[in-house]
Amino acid sequence: MSDTPSTSSHGHGPFIAAIDQGTTSSRCIVFDRDGRIVAVDQKEHEQIFPKPGWVEHDAAEIWTNVQQVVEGALEKAAQSNPGLTSADVKAIGITNQRETTLLWDRNTGEPVHNAIVWQDTRTDALCRELGRNVGQDRFRRETGLPLASYFAGPKIRWLLDNVEGLRERAERGEILFGTMDSWVIWNLTGGVNGGRHVTDVTNASRTMLMNLHTLQWDEKILASMDIPAAVLPEIRSSAEVYGTTAAGVLEGVPVASALGDQQAALFGQTCFDQGEAKSTYGTGTFMLMNTGHQPVNSYNGLLTTVGYRIGDERPVYALEGSIAVTGSLVQWMRDQMGLINSAAEIETLASTVDDNGGAYFVPAFSGLFAPYWRSDARGVIAGLTRYVTKAHIARAVLEATAWQTREITDAMTKDSGVDLAALKVDGGMTSNNLLMQTISDFLDAPVVRPMVAETTCLGAAYAAGLAVGFWSSTDELRANWRRAAEWTPRMDAATRDREYKNWLKAVERTMGWLDDES
Amino acid sequence: MARTIQSLERAAAMLRLLAGGERRLGLSDISSSLGLAKGTAHGILRTLQQEGFVEQDPASGRYQLGAELLRLGNSYLDVHELRARALVWTDDLARSSGESVYLGVLHQQGVLIVHHVFRPDDSRQVLEVGAMQPLHSTALGKVLSAYDPVAHSEAVEAEREAFTPRTLTAAADFEAVLDLTRARGWAADVEETWEGVASVAAPIHDRRRMPVGAVGVTGAVERVCREGELRPEIVAAVRDCARAVSRDLGAGRF
Repeated sequence: MSDTPSTSSHGHGPFIAAIDQGTTSSRCIVFDRDGRIVAVDQKEHEQIFPKPGWVEHDAAEIWTNVQQVVEGALEKAAQSNPGLTSADVKAIGITNQRETTLLWDRNTGEPVHNAIVWQDTRTDALCRELGRNVGQDRFRRETGLPLASYFAGPKIRWLLDNVEGLRERAERGEILFGTMDSWVIWNLTGGVNGGRHVTDVTNASRTMLMNLHTLQWDEKILASMDIPAAVLPEIRSSAEVYGTTAAGVLEGVPVASALGDQQAALFGQTCFDQGEAKSTYGTGTFMLMNTGHQPVNSYNGLLTTVGYRIGDERPVYALEGSIAVTGSLVQWMRDQMGLINSAAEIETLASTVDDNGGAYFVPAFSGLFAPYWRSDARGVIAGLTRYVTKAHIARAVLEATAWQTREITDAMTKDSGVDLAALKVDGGMTSNNLLMQTISDFLDAPVVRPMVAETTCLGAAYAAGLAVGFWSSTDELRANWRRAAEWTPRMDAATRDREYKNWLKAVERTMGWLDDES
Repeated sequence: MARTIQSLERAAAMLRLLAGGERRLGLSDISSSLGLAKGTAHGILRTLQQEGFVEQDPASGRYQLGAELLRLGNSYLDVHELRARALVWTDDLARSSGESVYLGVLHQQGVLIVHHVFRPDDSRQVLEVGAMQPLHSTALGKVLSAYDPVAHSEAVEAEREAFTPRTLTAAADFEAVLDLTRARGWAADVEETWEGVASVAAPIHDRRRMPVGAVGVTGAVERVCREGELRPEIVAAVRDCARAVSRDLGAGRF
């Protein structure tokens, strides 16, 4: 790491550590006061696929990895800061894969089953059953969510129904539930020796068990899902001291924030004002818009969720829209079609032509998600003629991500009544210059990339730093935010409107491909 | 006819033999079909293996064509790959130097900007990706001319325009600057392209130590220089960044 004392305070304490317990790996990043990265360590964990559609994680492995990456990151930070001790780390923040569900024995600390990962679809049938005569939206008014297999509540129910003797033990109060934030915090703060059993409002808002208005567990839903309240953690804010680390290299350091990963990115991008939005472009894409202190009901297929809550301040809500296939479409072009050798080459190929040549690619590989929610849809490449080359298809691939972003922002504008002023972006695909320009063109709004790409960890660090007074206010955090690049719209309105119309026609062609929905 | 080198002829024969189908061959197959002593054949195979042109299957001990041969025909590093690998490091360089960062590659007779990070001061700036800069007067261009022979011949053959009174246009002066660049590992441009603007750049190498691009910072001469000298911490930060990107591309430590 460079040591350039006269240009900045980079690399010098005190620090904040952030743990990102993600879907494929656990990471620890150490940040300095300017929000710059001092050290990173990362370790992947096993993806367990017991049956088609099932995805599990070994929670004991994850806890071991978390301890290792914390040690690793501290060791690396000490290389540029000799004599660094736990006293130089003022707080630890947690961010995590959302909705992944774990039950464990409070007396032994042993998980009673592998964690059921958010992508796992084993609760599909259970969710349909829970919808009874009302359907998907039975709990939407209270929770902001449709009954879908992602969310934690039905996963708890599945475990209670399927692990022998578990329900009795749970009712006797021997079993604890948690999403990965709760599991990490409980272990960090002592585990069986007085570990704190807590979760934060953002993670709780993904269980389908929390009432968005009261921010408490909803007794009616608990009764409907048949989940004993004894297993549930206490719901706390996203930025407050939950306890202190009981052992290890960071012994005695306050554990001071928890945020689901997408909410952490919203926080790291400093989207603190109503109408500010961020979009994270990875394998899939997650876009969240700050809607202020009121939860906004969606009538356009978005989710309503808690954005964050700092201490006892009023909670901030968000609308969320996700795109299932974005980076994974580029991977498909590379791995399944063999049209490119690396993901970055999609831009090279797409840049060899000036437009899509009339071709549109709707990657509805497993149906259409927000705002359509049509599981009978399948992917389509429309508008093919003899003229179309692989370069036009590459262009259509990038445009697909941009148009889907447009559809979600349109839905957000309709639901919230707030126009998007600018879109803050992060994630791996932000290195694709053509894509970012295309998104700006299609949204007719500036697209802005911040200087720290690791906005998820940064958000957790920011929240933890606020909780312990390391940073004074969200204004100070905003002052830390730096624009690394900005793309402004260059497309004329007539072209944009014509292209959007064509895209919507292509979307239409995907629907009803599957005859019987089973 | 000029004299030929026998061991190279034999190595070429071996590669043709291994390319003659999707097969792996043992040492005795290779030596007998080429009429060589086993020891001689083994020596050549080992050399080819070291260069990556031949690989040996660890289980059977048989030989096959190596991955390096495929890369020979496809040696071009995609500039968008370069940008993706450089993203984190160039962000960090912009923050530590407080100046804007540019990543450039040789394109036709100039430097093509393939990545640009804004100066971190929240002022209005325009993304300059896709812009061209001259080879002979900018720090990026001098680095490319010093390390990439193709860039060098472009810069030498072109007419070197005097953008400011400080632009070096004479061939001998230009060559001396390139020698200096190679000797110290970085290049500078103090008001040689634009009045009031200074920049510092260093080379990026790939895993075969080939120069694939240059990275540098550009800013007001008052900030980049102090008392008429380039600030050493900025030079150090640029070189650190170039090394980090090179390492990410697989270049060894140097």
